Amino acid sequence: MTQNRTTEILVGAFMAVGFLALFFLSMQVSNLSSSSGGDGYQVEARFDNIGSLKVRSPVTMAGVRVGRVSAIDFDRKTFEAVVTLRIDSNYEKSIPDDTFAKIFTAGLLGEQYVGLDAGGSATFLAEGGQITLTQSALVLEEIIGQFLFSKAEEGAKIE
Amino acid sequence: MDHEANAFRELPVLEQLARLGRIGLGILEQMGRGHLLLWQILAGISELFTRPRLLLNQLFSVGVLSILIVAISGTFVGMVLGLQGFYILSQFGAEQTLGVMVAASLVRELGPVVTALLFAGRAGSALTAEIGLMKATEQLSGLEMMAVNPIKRILTPRFFAGFMAMPLLAAMFSALGVLGGYFVGVGLLGVDDGAFWSQMQTKIDLNEDVLNGVIKSLVFGFVCSWIALFQGYGAVPTSEGVSRATTRTVVHSSFAVLGLDFILTALMFGE
Repeated sequence: MTQNRTTEILVGAFMAVGFLALFFLSMQVSNLSSSSGGDGYQVEARFDNIGSLKVRSPVTMAGVRVGRVSAIDFDRKTFEAVVTLRIDSNYEKSIPDDTFAKIFTAGLLGEQYVGLDAGGSATFLAEGGQITLTQSALVLEEIIGQFLFSKAEEGAKIE
Repeated sequence: MDHEANAFRELPVLEQLARLGRIGLGILEQMGRGHLLLWQILAGISELFTRPRLLLNQLFSVGVLSILIVAISGTFVGMVLGLQGFYILSQFGAEQTLGVMVAASLVRELGPVVTALLFAGRAGSALTAEIGLMKATEQLSGLEMMAVNPIKRILTPRFFAGFMAMPLLAAMFSALGVLGGYFVGVGLLGVDDGAFWSQMQTKIDLNEDVLNGVIKSLVFGFVCSWIALFQGYGAVPTSEGVSRATTRTVVHSSFAVLGLDFILTALMFGE
């Protein structure tokens, strides 16, 4: 009887662990999981173009990671990308409200992240705050296009 | 005239041809027997509902006892993927995509395939040896004499236990592999924690990748259990016959898994 009981328990554990693994694969590895919760506070920044910025990309200040991108939305009225940044709670009251947000790329092929340049204001960003000074991501095709365009103009002037 | 025909039949070329024909007919015969056995096994599914304990005991010996080898292999395969992937990706400055590489290769390919190979070696060979030995010691005939259908009582629970255990084992393999890759990539080599998971989550699709991996492992579980049971049930009832059948189980299962994997991959991911 005890033998049977042990078998039952172990098979139950086996199935539970198996389904747990499947759950892990579908929630954590694939894209089912909802936006990251956790502590900290959220601020909003609007960009004209976010390039290939993703949810959960890092937010850095002077190169130090201070938070993550928690949501990316699109404003239908102003045609801007609305990026919600979740800043870790230990950086509360340390980011001035005239901070400048830019989108950088880590390396040539690396992923994109949000870099914050602190301003000089004495008031700090809090939950629901807005970062108004932003600079869009560099889109390589646009830069190449501009370069070619200016070259073509130069050529036309010489003639 | 008759003499001439006999001489014609004994030409060396024809002898080779006849040998080839015998091999072909032998393979066909094996396949036919295998299918008949499969139908008999599937027909015994009612036994599982009347005696669930049979299935439970087999799930224990096929599934629970395979956890350890699957868990250890999964972790180490994931760790190696993390190391090698980091080495190659860092040359392109793309080590942020390490998570995608580890997870995609585990969930799509390595999880189902390596688990199936381990399963064939760990559980399949045990099934074949057990049933072959039952046959050699005339336990199967004994059951028949007591009017118990040995296929229903012995083979069906083992078949379904293998079929059910395989996707769960493959899921454990993949999950532990991802964690192993995370440990090496993020813990030891310094890939960004968030980038590891976020890139993985944006690139890995639930239906496209995870579900297809589960389907693959279901197919492999079906085929591996089937081959193991067929070899055991058809084994020559001597010690040598059982040992040969066990070897054939591992070899045939591995071939079947690798060949089927190519076909399934081409069907699922090839456009």
